[in-house]
Amino acid sequence: MAERKDIEIDFGRIEAQRTRLNLGPQHPSTHGVLRLEVELDGEIVTEVVPHIGYLHRCFEKYAENKTYPQVIPYIDRLDYITSMSNEIPYVLGIEKMMGIKVSEKVEAIRTILAELNRIASHQIAVATFGMDAGAFTPFLFFFRDRESILDIFEKLSGARLLYNYIRIGGLMNDLYPSFKNDVLDVINVIRKTNAEVMDLLIDNKIFIERTINIGVLPADVAISFGCSGPVLRGSGVPFDLRRDEPYLNYDKFDFEVCVGKGEMGTLGDSYDRNIVRYHEMEESCRIIEQALKILPDASEDVRSAMPKKVAPKGEIYAKAENPKGELGFYIVGDGKNKPARIKSRSACFVNLSALPAISQGSMIADLILILGSVDIVLGEVDR
Amino acid sequence: MKSNEIFERLIAEFPEDIISLNEDENSESFIYVNPRNIVEIMLFLRDENDLFFDYLSCLSGVDSKENLTVVYNLYSIQLKHRITIKADIPKENPSIATVEKVWLTADWHEREAWDLIGIKFEGHHNLIRILNPYDWEGHPLQKDYKTPEYYHGMRVPV
Amino acid sequence: MGFLDRLDKGLDPVGPDIMLGTVEDLLNWGRSKSDWYMHFGIACCAIEFMAVNAAHFDLMRFGAIPRASPRQADFIIISGTVTLKMAERIKRLYEQMAEPKYVFSMGSCANSGGPYWEHGYHVLKGVDRIIPVDVYVPGCPPRPEAFLEGMVQLQKKIRHQEIFRKREKMSPEDLKAIEDRKIEMEKQYQDYLADQKLKNQEIG
Ligand code: SF4
Repeated sequence: MAERKDIEIDFGRIEAQRTRLNLGPQHPSTHGVLRLEVELDGEIVTEVVPHIGYLHRCFEKYAENKTYPQVIPYIDRLDYITSMSNEIPYVLGIEKMMGIKVSEKVEAIRTILAELNRIASHQIAVATFGMDAGAFTPFLFFFRDRESILDIFEKLSGARLLYNYIRIGGLMNDLYPSFKNDVLDVINVIRKTNAEVMDLLIDNKIFIERTINIGVLPADVAISFGCSGPVLRGSGVPFDLRRDEPYLNYDKFDFEVCVGKGEMGTLGDSYDRNIVRYHEMEESCRIIEQALKILPDASEDVRSAMPKKVAPKGEIYAKAENPKGELGFYIVGDGKNKPARIKSRSACFVNLSALPAISQGSMIADLILILGSVDIVLGEVDR
Repeated sequence: MKSNEIFERLIAEFPEDIISLNEDENSESFIYVNPRNIVEIMLFLRDENDLFFDYLSCLSGVDSKENLTVVYNLYSIQLKHRITIKADIPKENPSIATVEKVWLTADWHEREAWDLIGIKFEGHHNLIRILNPYDWEGHPLQKDYKTPEYYHGMRVPV
Repeated sequence: MGFLDRLDKGLDPVGPDIMLGTVEDLLNWGRSKSDWYMHFGIACCAIEFMAVNAAHFDLMRFGAIPRASPRQADFIIISGTVTLKMAERIKRLYEQMAEPKYVFSMGSCANSGGPYWEHGYHVLKGVDRIIPVDVYVPGCPPRPEAFLEGMVQLQKKIRHQEIFRKREKMSPEDLKAIEDRKIEMEKQYQDYLADQKLKNQEIG
């Protein structure tokens, strides 16, 4: 019987070379000026270090140097895709500090505008996410429809992107006569396009295969990272400030809080985050329809509650459910006409901080998709 | 849970570290604590079953002329209540223990507070600038901050 | 006047398929109708630029095609607030572009700092502090129509440029400056070569 022997073969030294790759700050698929320093082992991502601040525009410094109403335009420029919604937490916070009550009509209008803006934002999110996965057509569809939402905003405020429309204690001006019809028309268009995009993109086998099981964010990690909005709900946590801490008149409406269910892959993957956004557009349409019903027809002065002098005292943490997540303003007022300190807690900043945790171990090509599914806007990340 | 109940709970557990409770109708109700034991207090707030603050909404640094303040806005997703914790730290030695082990989100918030206000978070694993360039000097949101004339040969003021 | 405009006016056409003009005209006409751009989108203006690019306003009918690399681009569009952290990157990208190159500054921020001109400790007050700008489009953000107008202006500028005989019209000082720069660059290159040699020796 042959003797068994350990065979020793010298393979030489195989060195696993790690590559450090720099992605950004100017890269077509980083959704802005984000820089990612990626360490790669072959094609596997072993480490991601985000470097932010390339769009740091000193918002908090400005907030200390401007009067309260003058801060609103700068707040528009935080998350420049969702200007209307950005204004809401700030304005609500100041109103609460000063004890201002606004009329039914103003509240209803604010709700409608916020929801329209949510749709516009989610359209961009889903469109660019599709583009990251290689689908260009939904991008064109959504941008075409978004134009009609912007048209409404433009008729109201005169600006296409940065509105400065929602003011402390009221609105810039009243609605224009055909507002209701315009909004209803837009909703019809949106529903139609959404159905098309469902066939084209969301239900597409290639897209599903491409997006499931990557960037999995478990619920407890998401909460600990402070994630909010579709990122948190994509992980299956039914947390929505509109329902859980109702502001404006959201408590009067019947709508569903969409959560990721993991029906295609793992719970909390990129697909889930995207599908939550997609379904939220439909929920927003429902809210708008209900809000239009309770919107009083009578013409009343939407500027009547606006204070002559804004000089609140005290401090408040005001928050609202923005399309991207919880946007909060920690406002300290010391009785002067300028705020003593405003800190903005932006959803994108916090959501992005979870990126290194969820993209480790994925392929480099998937990293782009994971980033797209988190849906960041660098204006809000860097402020 | 109301803020005064939370205050009662805290003062029973940490009689020496809890300073005061401020309640005002039009303002956030906040509890002043001693920065000494901040991590234990935060762990207590997070882990007790009836408090259960699992969500750090916001962490901000504030420069009020005399001293620096760290403000923690806490929220409980399960129980849906909120509280604000404040800790004053002196300007000469602005340091406080990090809470990044308690909530992961504190990591970037603390880096931001260091960058803009200049609060040192002891024990933070990577306390470097986050928004400003890594070689920036000074902390822009401090009240006595002067904008530099030049940065890398580029003129900064108008 | 553009190259084809002459044909329309019937000034120069001699025969059915002969058209008279200078080579410069022909080249400029070609260049102006196909300028490829590199989009350096930074902030809110970039979103407006996306709208310009999408179906509604359709920038491509101007012959402008997006390129992701500066080396293939004729002009660069700076759309948004230029921060100090970003400024050096912009300069480097600009330097990587091949001549002739143009810079398109979109929005008040890129023009002059825009809303952030006063207290913005981290904002560069105008991208023309680091690179030369050809077209400024004002607005915060500029309307897409304004952007298209800027595009027309850029094409106009390109059409009227002189490519040949530039030297003959230059002042002696400028010519001397160019010669000096040449010598300096040559010296830098030689230094670089010597450096490399040293390094190679060290490694070898
Ligand atoms: S000019 Fe206005 S819209 Fe454009 S980047 Fe600056 S702030 Fe934004």
